[in-house]
Amino acid sequence: MELEEITLEKPQKKNFNEGVWNTSINVRDFVFKNITPYYGDDTFLVGPTQKTQKLWEVCKEGMQQERQNNGVHSVDTETISGVANFGAGYIDKENEVIVGLQTDGLLKRAMKPFGGYKVVQKALEEHGLKPSEDINELFTKYVKTHNDGVFDAYNAEIRKFRSLGFLTGLPDNYARGRIIGDYRRVALYGIDKLIETKKEDLNNIEGPMTDAVIRLREEVSEQIRALKDMITMGNHYGLELNRPAENAQEAVQWTYMAYLAAVKEQDGAAMSLGNVSTFLDIYIEKDLKAGLITEDEAQEYIDQFVMKLRMVRHLRMAAYDEIFAGDPTWVTEAIGGMLNDGRTKVTKTAYRFLNTLYNLGPSPEPNITVLWSPTLPQNFKNFCAKVSIDTSSIQFENDDLMRELRGSDDYGIACCVSYQEIGKQIQFFGARTNLAKTLLLAVNGGKCEITGTQMVDGIEPCTCEVLDFDNVMKNFKIAMTKVAKVYNDAMNIIHYMHDKYYYEKAQMALIDTNPEINIAYGIAGLSIVADSLAAIKYAKVKPIRNEQGLTVDFKIEGEFPKYGNDDDRVDIFAHNAVEDFNNELKKLKVYKDAEPTMSVLTITSNVVYGKKTGATPDGRALGVPFAPGANPMHGRDTNGAIASLNSVAKIDYKDSQDGISNTFSIVPKSLGSTKEERIDNLVASLNGYFEHGAQHLNVNVLDKETLLDAMEHPENHPQLTIRVSGYAVNFIRLTKEQQMEVISRSFHESM
Amino acid sequence: MHSIESFGTHDGPGIRLVIFLQGCKLKCQYCHNPDTIDTHGGEEYHIEDLVKKAVNMKSYFGDKGGVTVSGGEPLLQAHNLIPFFKRLKEEGIHTNIDTNGRLLNHPTMELLDKYADLVMLDIKHMTEEGFQKITGVQNKETTFNFAKYREASGKKMWLRYVLIPKITNTPELLHQLGNYFKDYKTIEQIELQPYHKLGIHKWDALGWEYELKDVRENTQKELDEAANILSNYFQKVKIN
Repeated sequence: MELEEITLEKPQKKNFNEGVWNTSINVRDFVFKNITPYYGDDTFLVGPTQKTQKLWEVCKEGMQQERQNNGVHSVDTETISGVANFGAGYIDKENEVIVGLQTDGLLKRAMKPFGGYKVVQKALEEHGLKPSEDINELFTKYVKTHNDGVFDAYNAEIRKFRSLGFLTGLPDNYARGRIIGDYRRVALYGIDKLIETKKEDLNNIEGPMTDAVIRLREEVSEQIRALKDMITMGNHYGLELNRPAENAQEAVQWTYMAYLAAVKEQDGAAMSLGNVSTFLDIYIEKDLKAGLITEDEAQEYIDQFVMKLRMVRHLRMAAYDEIFAGDPTWVTEAIGGMLNDGRTKVTKTAYRFLNTLYNLGPSPEPNITVLWSPTLPQNFKNFCAKVSIDTSSIQFENDDLMRELRGSDDYGIACCVSYQEIGKQIQFFGARTNLAKTLLLAVNGGKCEITGTQMVDGIEPCTCEVLDFDNVMKNFKIAMTKVAKVYNDAMNIIHYMHDKYYYEKAQMALIDTNPEINIAYGIAGLSIVADSLAAIKYAKVKPIRNEQGLTVDFKIEGEFPKYGNDDDRVDIFAHNAVEDFNNELKKLKVYKDAEPTMSVLTITSNVVYGKKTGATPDGRALGVPFAPGANPMHGRDTNGAIASLNSVAKIDYKDSQDGISNTFSIVPKSLGSTKEERIDNLVASLNGYFEHGAQHLNVNVLDKETLLDAMEHPENHPQLTIRVSGYAVNFIRLTKEQQMEVISRSFHESM
Repeated sequence: MHSIESFGTHDGPGIRLVIFLQGCKLKCQYCHNPDTIDTHGGEEYHIEDLVKKAVNMKSYFGDKGGVTVSGGEPLLQAHNLIPFFKRLKEEGIHTNIDTNGRLLNHPTMELLDKYADLVMLDIKHMTEEGFQKITGVQNKETTFNFAKYREASGKKMWLRYVLIPKITNTPELLHQLGNYFKDYKTIEQIELQPYHKLGIHKWDALGWEYELKDVRENTQKELDEAANILSNYFQKVKIN
């Protein structure tokens, strides 16, 4: 055994440039020392191999059946999912060069009841299924879940804010996700080495045995168990994951297996992949140079890896679709970006990942995120713009901004838009609070505008005929302070319980022991807040009240500036609301001393938020959807796309370090007359936007007619992908209501 | 000013801030912005406010984009454009005028010679009769004199030509157009604007009669053939 280990480690050390990665777990150092940046263009890329095409046909058929079967292909109701709880599963074994499925069958979903058993029951019930009797007995009589724990601890106040729609989408009945394991570690080090390191860590966690120390010792022990399970999982497929990967195919396979372990164990809302392309490129480049593989094979590994990522599924109940529509999994992969020493992280494998959108067609998953810097190689920028225009499947984030403020050049994107240093840092996901509804507390004496329930004390009932700006601002701040406090209480309970009942042992096993933690708060309704405050300040806003004294509508006299037109008079309100609420959150102590961060992001919940929010002083009627993320309200950005982008860019990333999501939709013709012009103009737009200090941009280049046609004839558009707030969805898997909301958004058209 | 488009991609090179000015002395039959014709409408803006907008967009311009003034007919306000363009040049921003070339006086000459990096000159028709029919005014030569003036200055110019089946899109007229300008050194490209009816609702809204109701749009083949003819005379032909 000892002898074997030595012979396995030696060739690696010979073939790669050495560094501290040889003596400690440090994938970033390995990448830094061995990367081959690529400055060329896309002409080296190849199409899919026959094997890949055959395999993809099987997948497409499976997805077709899935759609016909009400969105779920099949479910294993006998097995509780876990890293090693299923045997091997294949799509079509002889054509698979990268193997591994979450269960033993393609698109077959697994039960992961530790987040909440009722949710699993409900999801099954909706498809006419039931858990096996054994499992039912276990989870109704003996096993406690995260969801049970949270509701044991929630107080009346949290329940009130939650049920009335001030706090929504909280991960209290589903898994929190967001944590990104450093899946590359399995390929680079092999699991034996990782277990050895974790054992050392465990030995070094010493008393006095405080709560925190006891908890950490238990967690690391769990991680070691998960690593052993990963070896077992590999064995099911005949893979020796205990040792490092020795060639390109193994590097891809090992990395995928590590990720697979995570999605077998957890069904977190977002299960990002990280930033594996640069890492994998090192192995591919080495094998290509040595003449061991061809470009066809290199592309085949990536195509098949990506195909597997596209087949990841979780069992969700229908209600989940309201906040996260289209059955997303958020397998977010960050590609591109720069190293802190000025070299680019763009490699040929970054191109190969993007090329999967041609070889396999457009797709929402994996959620490919380009880390943009004006200093990226021009060829790569052009290619990204081309892919974006052709597929509407990718998003862009400001690499310079995040790298400079957050520090590391080895980070991934957790979920939609959030920076997370790989292997060194995790996040506690916290959905979001409804800031528009919070503003309404300020004009309703602290009462919910719909039910009249008293939510916040200390706000004088407002009986004035015209809203007074200073008074509203004063009360808005009181409301924000209160909402922040309740939000923080809820988050502390949620993450305490998630650690206790549904700890991410497989992912945490691939992260440094005791990592830094960001708590990820969020807000929705920002554009409504900004426009409402502008209306109150620059026009005359008269509340119309019902018998209870609650505002049911507002009469606006006169003009007011609107967010989305690069007008400082109103944009300042958006900027300040983010800063103020973030400051409130920062004052509050967090479980495990996590560092507070905040996002302006809605996913697709902007529709359901709208439903739960009364008429607002900006003229928006009761029930009308919010704009997504940090976007201006639909149709109010009347000065063209750049003015709209500039308004969003004014929100300071320092106040919103979990991300500021903006979704930009434009018709192809408006981007330019020719393909070259469109590419040039998109590149210039991205450069311009990010130079303004903006953080994120989803890009859709689509005609509205295409979307309307897809609503009528979904069968003709099985792969039509569109970007929504921070992720992409298969358009035909949205509800009619969500489809209409997407279509009603501002599509920038300048002719 | 009539309105602003901050993401102009069809009014000069790159991404442009397009400022549509109010007022035009012509009333072209196919005008797709008829609401900019009335010389009495519009809103007044301070030049510095517009400069600020342009500066805010500078990062998007890259090495191609900039500011385009269009309309309406922007040269009707040439005296105001001089200080505006002067400020833009101080800020290092590319300037462009989209004009029908009907005005050649001291202010317009100063603007052309000193501050306009590019002029996009709209050629309405090659015959006097056709010109009058489309624009409702006389003397097509004014525009050609304008072109001559620009050519003499040695500064860049683009031509624009609206392609209407049978009315402007005939081989004879296109050859005539090509022959007239073939020796011009300052013309970088000619842009063909396919006639479309997207502006009709604006005519209806104004209560004006739209005379080209029965005219159809070009087929792709007609567009390609027109481009093909003109490519014999111009270094670059673009269909917008």
